[in-house]
Amino acid sequence: MATLIKNRSIVSESWQTLNSADDLAALSPDAGVLAPLALWQTHGAALRARPGKVGVWLNSHEDPASIAKELPSFDVVAVNFPKFADGRGYSIARLLRERYGYTGELRAIGDVLRDQLQDLERCGFDAFELRSDQDAQAALGAFADFSNQYQTSALQPVPLFRRRLA
Amino acid sequence: MYIYDQIDQQFVDERVAQFRDQTRRFLAGELGEEEFKALRLRNGLYLQRYAPMLRVAIPYGMLSSRQLRKLAHIARTYDKGYGHFSTRQNIQYNWPKLEQVPDILAELANVQMHAIQTSGNCVRNITTDHFAGVAPDEIVNPMVWCEILRQWSTFHPEFNFLPRKFKIAVNGAEQDRAAIQVHDIGINAVRNEAGEIGFRILVGGGLGRTPIIGVVVREFLPWQHLLSYLDAILRVYNCYGRRDNLYKARIKILVKERTPDKFREEVEAEWQHLKDGPATLIEAEVERVAARFTVPAYETLPAQDASLQAALSADKAFARWHQRNVHAHKMPGYAAVTLSLKKSGVAPGDATAEQMEAVAELADQYSFGELRVSHEQNLILSDVKLADLYSVWSTARYYGLVTPNIGLLTNIIACPGGDFCSLANAKSIPVALAIQERFDDLDYLHDIGELDLNISGCMNSCGHHHVGNIGILGVDKQGAEFYQISIGGSQGNNAAIGKVIGPSFAQEEVPDVIEKLIQLYLAQRDSEHERFADTVRRIGIEPFKQHIYGNAHKESQHRQRELANP
Ligand code: SF4
Repeated sequence: MATLIKNRSIVSESWQTLNSADDLAALSPDAGVLAPLALWQTHGAALRARPGKVGVWLNSHEDPASIAKELPSFDVVAVNFPKFADGRGYSIARLLRERYGYTGELRAIGDVLRDQLQDLERCGFDAFELRSDQDAQAALGAFADFSNQYQTSALQPVPLFRRRLA
Repeated sequence: MYIYDQIDQQFVDERVAQFRDQTRRFLAGELGEEEFKALRLRNGLYLQRYAPMLRVAIPYGMLSSRQLRKLAHIARTYDKGYGHFSTRQNIQYNWPKLEQVPDILAELANVQMHAIQTSGNCVRNITTDHFAGVAPDEIVNPMVWCEILRQWSTFHPEFNFLPRKFKIAVNGAEQDRAAIQVHDIGINAVRNEAGEIGFRILVGGGLGRTPIIGVVVREFLPWQHLLSYLDAILRVYNCYGRRDNLYKARIKILVKERTPDKFREEVEAEWQHLKDGPATLIEAEVERVAARFTVPAYETLPAQDASLQAALSADKAFARWHQRNVHAHKMPGYAAVTLSLKKSGVAPGDATAEQMEAVAELADQYSFGELRVSHEQNLILSDVKLADLYSVWSTARYYGLVTPNIGLLTNIIACPGGDFCSLANAKSIPVALAIQERFDDLDYLHDIGELDLNISGCMNSCGHHHVGNIGILGVDKQGAEFYQISIGGSQGNNAAIGKVIGPSFAQEEVPDVIEKLIQLYLAQRDSEHERFADTVRRIGIEPFKQHIYGNAHKESQHRQRELANP
């Protein structure tokens, strides 16, 4: 079972990540579920009618604009990293936060590794479902790798050059 | 020289600590091969054919004498006593031990240097004109802008895992000496009609497998918007650049597949959201960065120097060097001097620890303790008094650094090739050495005149062979090392991609082929002012083909021979 880090601490929440409509049958009613975008678009109403929490997950090629209007209604939005080297999710996160104003939980799922955590957080993720081989306790240290950043980002919109001059 | 403040220093120190821990985890088996690879590449560390290779950034080619002494020290302590200056204003060490790399990075951090993002699919070391800050035709000092961009690109959280490597070059003058047309993004300073400073932005140039000249996406971008505009380009590329095929992943392919107009529209649309946001640059920041650069305390000098004139008429060898290796300077009474790392018999761009220390000493004595590294793989003393040129020459000569070949055929640009690089199809260095040997006669060399010759050991084109007036590319022919030759490439404002002249040649044939190209040029040029590149442009490549391969019949014979006997 992959460990979930939320706001820089390890939490024990159990979520079920669905891949297709076939997974719906085996769903226990109170489990939190993350539905892929396509499934959400066809079964959104049914998923919302369940008592459990519900969120959607975007794959790295999917456009966050497609859920922009519904964002406030999700308990979680997740972005999948099919491979750690696929960096599209970083842009998706920034768009969700900075362009579409999403303020709820934004979770990185998939090939999520310790050495990405700080960049992911800076781009707007606040929850991380680590790949199962990762040492979650040790991974928490990654948030302190760098104590500053030059650029503007979702976490720190004011770039260093403005803060330096302040 | 940009002097770090405490925060800049903290970044590089924290990077050392981070990489030390990553290396420890890798060696302890806690970090997988592939994951470590992505991390070590972002610190310039390759695991090569014979040993690891460490690529250290020399941001925009600027070095202090103190830093150069450190590079010499690293060469001596952790390597075999030399380093290789690359075509992208980096220095590469070919023999460091993996376990010692964190220590090397710590040594570098002590002199405000690093190996951050010198490889990997991220924004690489930003390069510029090697005469930045001293060129007479400068619109802005590009180093200030390069430093602003260095900070913007360093650990950019959104663009650390791009589809492919990303190279940016900045040129601050009218004449392009930064090869901006063959970079993923090329930035050239311009002034608009109102006299305001801005940048012309080119996207999608590049060498490699699909050589292509960049297209202008913006004729004039006011400087305030530089960072937000780059963010927009990079975001479009990050989201839509191809990730399914390594060879189609560079931004040039995206620009081509989308068409330049469509790509430009997408960038503009993205930029509308970012424009005037917090990334908008402000005057105070540009001033702050500019003020952190050391400024040489130039003396007021006459434009001519009598002792120099006397030395020039007295010493022919000095005069010849002066003609090729001494360059105009914005300050009267000063010159920039190229110390050639292209002595025949030495791999292009290689410098020993002893040479580095000698150059550091020269820089201290004669050039305000600063120097530049050029993409032509030479070292440049940027601020030498005319009256000191003879002393500089005399000392540098002792260290083998005064080959008077800048701009000439033997100033060969070559990648490390098959002797060091695991991606190579063929060796580069022995080919360079053989050509240098063939054209060893200085009178002949000077008679041939200006000519850029570039060699790459494979399609990755680290030796920029596409833009050489003569380009040589290592190819693999059924397991044997062959060389494909192209002519008609050029750098600068009229950048062009060279054309292949025909079937490839075996290593020992290459000097003869070059010799033949030169013969034809000498016979065909309309005067000695017509350079090789001009002649090729005027008469086309056909006559050269004829001269090399004879008639079409011979060409096909050659091809058959090659197939039968690779
Ligand atoms: S051009 Fe090829 S052989 Fe030469 S350094 Fe680059 S990758 Fe290696």
